[in-house]
Amino acid sequence: MPARYDRNIATEIINRFGAKPEMLVQILHAFVERYSFIAEDAIRQIADELNLSRAEVHGVVSFYHDFRTKPAGKRVIKICQAEACQAMGSRKLTAHAEKKTGVALGGTDEDGELTLEAVYCLGNCACSPAVMDGDRVYGRVDAKGFDRILARGRRQ
Amino acid sequence: MSTTTIFVPRETSAISLGADEVADKIDAWIRKSGSKISLVRNGSWGMCWLEPMVEVQTAKGRIAYGPVSPDDIESLIESDFVSGGKHALRLGPTKDIDWLARQQRWTFSRCGLTDPLSIDDYRSNGGFAGIEKAIAGGADAVLETVKASGLRGRGGAGFPTGIKWQTVASAKGDQKYIACNADEGDSGTFSDRMLMEGDPLTLIEGMAIAGFAVGASKGYVYLRSEYPLARKVFSQALSLAREHGLLGKDILGSGFDFDIDLHIGGGSYVCGEETAMLESLEGKAGVIRFKPPLPAIEGLFGKPTVVNNVITLASVPEIVASGGGAYAEYGPGRSKGTLAFQLAGNIKRGGLVELAFGATLRQLIDDFGGGTASGRPVRAVQVGGPLGAYFPESLLDTPLDYEKFSALGGMVGHGGIVVFDDTVDMGAQARFAMEFCAIESCGKCTPCRIGSVRGVEVIDRILGNENREANLALLSELCDTMVDGSLCAMGGLTPYPVRSALKYFPEDFESTAGDRR
Ligand SMILES: Cc1cc2nc3c(=O)[nH]c(=O)nc-3n(C[C@H](O)[C@H](O)[C@H](O)COP(=O)(O)O)c2cc1C
Ligand code: SF4
Ligand code: FES
Repeated sequence: MPARYDRNIATEIINRFGAKPEMLVQILHAFVERYSFIAEDAIRQIADELNLSRAEVHGVVSFYHDFRTKPAGKRVIKICQAEACQAMGSRKLTAHAEKKTGVALGGTDEDGELTLEAVYCLGNCACSPAVMDGDRVYGRVDAKGFDRILARGRRQ
Repeated sequence: MSTTTIFVPRETSAISLGADEVADKIDAWIRKSGSKISLVRNGSWGMCWLEPMVEVQTAKGRIAYGPVSPDDIESLIESDFVSGGKHALRLGPTKDIDWLARQQRWTFSRCGLTDPLSIDDYRSNGGFAGIEKAIAGGADAVLETVKASGLRGRGGAGFPTGIKWQTVASAKGDQKYIACNADEGDSGTFSDRMLMEGDPLTLIEGMAIAGFAVGASKGYVYLRSEYPLARKVFSQALSLAREHGLLGKDILGSGFDFDIDLHIGGGSYVCGEETAMLESLEGKAGVIRFKPPLPAIEGLFGKPTVVNNVITLASVPEIVASGGGAYAEYGPGRSKGTLAFQLAGNIKRGGLVELAFGATLRQLIDDFGGGTASGRPVRAVQVGGPLGAYFPESLLDTPLDYEKFSALGGMVGHGGIVVFDDTVDMGAQARFAMEFCAIESCGKCTPCRIGSVRGVEVIDRILGNENREANLALLSELCDTMVDGSLCAMGGLTPYPVRSALKYFPEDFESTAGDRR
């Protein structure tokens, strides 16, 4: 479960990186790891503590695909959309995943359980199509394989 | 009594096919049986098609079994695989596996062989030889060796590494940096990842040698966020290197200080471009910088900076240890040395093949790759990532050589080879090239930012049979504008996959193409 926003913890994260502006990308990663997204509160506080303008922090947040500004589902499954995976049917796999989960690529289900995301290469291109569930990468994933991944992570 | 060792790779592709479960099962059996067996999580040899590949150290050398699924463990135990017993999955001695035996392993000589996080393994298999020789011979000798090796950048542009290092060494600056590019965004490539997971100390040694040669005391590795395991292994390797004096103050008693910080990228392809990467390392949005000044003169925080790819840097320790001439013996013309080619996509035997430059695409795809995974004919091959041209079957005899490829409008790039069978729709591939550019453009220049969006629309119209001739002409103009007017290769090279698709596969853009789709 992503944690609730907490100013003290946020300060602790920022200080872990020495509150240096050049660590902004790393700090934002740490926020996403903890909160799953970058909230407005976080942008304000990071800007204050790094001595940057809010617009500057916004600019960085919006540039990178990794820095969501809306909460992700409890589970984030990424499906590779790049060429090597295309060559092994990632387009069909994606269509299957969307149908099976009822979530469109880039979206989150209503209960906040699952986010499906596009990713462009997981470095598993010799075993494509590739899928990532949290930090775990899967290879040669067909429709059945996707269903298995989905079932595996489901809490009893 | 010597203990037996079993190896199961701790490497993303192997794990993606179940290596962790295989390792767990073997571990549980070892515990239960109380036998004196140690389980080592090695790197991958690069034979993804045999993963998870399990090896056992026997009196007759290392014996391999694969691909092993958790369900096979029981029968492997029954077959006494620990002594190299007969089994349907037995592949024989690892070093005799044809796919491996035919390679020329230079940069990847230890990958798969050793425990990536064992300093003893590293040292007893040639590790430290490069840095020790560098320190003994001095910085100028290292620069001369790297120049003599003919090593060129493996990140894509193929710039001579020795010249880049010399520029930084000669530049004035109180602080200099080594910035390692581990962004590896090209589809079809995974050699940086395999090296960082399988032999991370080599990269650390290569960076330390680079720092020693140019007078830089600080290094950065910019690793893409899509590689969590590489992050974990490399972080562990950094600690290990510090403990054993490969990093830190007074390295190996030389008086030279060097340390490395690991930074994680933000999931942006364009941050692999060196100036965007430097921006990102400074905590900013990855927007391309104007060149000049070159990063070698004004790079990270405005200081002279060597930017090199993982494989470039990881090739250096062995070059310094064995001499530039030994490396330059490999490869034709100006494409010296070896490249870790990566066979990907629709390929039967995918993985990493390190070979001297000059081998043909066909040798790689047929002899190593065994053709397509689907068993259907090869129709198109994309080499060098998403900005690389699509080659038709008739060009497969092209030797992999920087100059030969660029003469055909292609690029070797980071050595990724993505194979497509005859079901590929080249109209869709051309469209994707433009779409990817639109998604990843840094936004600094119009031809790329707007051109790519327009490119998608125009291709849609062509494929939808709307005003075909006019739209084909428009697409061609758009490509010209992007090539001529883009600030960097993102916008400047995106037209290459598009144009090659149109040139070699025109039938996929014809009005009847829709029927086949
Ligand atoms: C859009 C774009 C993406 C790039 N991505 C990478 C990358 O992921 N890794 C890399 O090493 N080089 C990449 N490059 C090339 C770098 O700009 C640069 O040439 C390279 O890091 C220099 O190191 P080398 O000389 O060792 O190859 C990219 C270039 C462009 C234009
Ligand atoms: S070509 Fe594209 S990525 Fe490169 S500077 Fe221009 S907008 Fe940025
Ligand atoms: S292209 Fe999908 S993992 Fe590389």
